[in-house]
Amino acid sequence: MENPSIEVRINGKDRQVPQGLSVTGLLEWLDLTPALVVVELNREILGRDRYEEILVAEKDTLELVHFVGGG
Amino acid sequence: MDTPFKVADREFSSRLIVGTGKYKTNQVMVDAIRASGAEMVTVAVRRVDLDRTKEEGILHHLDPEEFLLLPNTAGCYNAEDAIRYARLARAAGFTDWLKLEIIGDETTLLPDTHATVEAAKILVDEGFKVMAYTNDDLIAALKLEDVGCVAVMPLASPIGSGLGVVNPYYIREIKRRLQVPVIVDAGVGTASDACVTMEQGVDGVLMNTAIAVADDPVAMGEAMRLAIQAGRLAYLAGRMPPREIAVPSSPTAGMLD
Repeated sequence: MENPSIEVRINGKDRQVPQGLSVTGLLEWLDLTPALVVVELNREILGRDRYEEILVAEKDTLELVHFVGGG
Repeated sequence: MDTPFKVADREFSSRLIVGTGKYKTNQVMVDAIRASGAEMVTVAVRRVDLDRTKEEGILHHLDPEEFLLLPNTAGCYNAEDAIRYARLARAAGFTDWLKLEIIGDETTLLPDTHATVEAAKILVDEGFKVMAYTNDDLIAALKLEDVGCVAVMPLASPIGSGLGVVNPYYIREIKRRLQVPVIVDAGVGTASDACVTMEQGVDGVLMNTAIAVADDPVAMGEAMRLAIQAGRLAYLAGRMPPREIAVPSSPTAGMLD
């Protein structure tokens, strides 16, 4: 059987991601470095210590941000 | 002898703060910043590009141990958005310093000083070290100091304009009246502008575009380092009063018949 997936909104775009991922798992699945990314889940900023315990659920809205060049 | 440049509880040996935007390559950015001698650098908070083509996070190139990161709230047009960006920046875990910037007009990019004071009050209460970008307006500057900003940063001229200090009198007046450091932020176009800005007696200068878009950003970084030092020294040295008459430098006595 195929891995079931869920739909979540990430950075303004709907995406299918594997079901049952933690936030850390999602970041790794997206090939991102968890230590350099800040996660806002349904408008709440997540402390990095919660990335492991929180599971991404259907219809979640996530913002994944990081530092870029700016003045 | 100069007094140390201190913001909040931290001393800096360079009075120049630089931005990290608009560079052609990350390597040029790092080289230009090193040439400028800046120890504090601004960064922006943006969405990660999930269809990664070019843009990766700046921390892959800039070591937060080498530079004090000063995240900005650039792009925000109201207090609520600026506070959201500020909290995201702090959650990254590298710094509780913040360059608070709230724009009030898309054409001139002039700041909304009312919203800036409002946001600064909340962010100071939350423990941020707020350095507030503002207009060259004494009243706004006094209010920002009053709500607890660790530095007040009036503009020289509009962001990215390169026009230099358009109102030196207001900049001097702000510096005279505030106790916290006054750092001129935005509008410097070339080394002479940086020098003139420092000659007004301000504590420091923040710039980005002037270095980043120069033909040779590394050389311009070095030029800015020297200009900031020269301007500071000239200010401390105390310039001669300007006068609109000529006065000979050589003795008028002892001339031949």
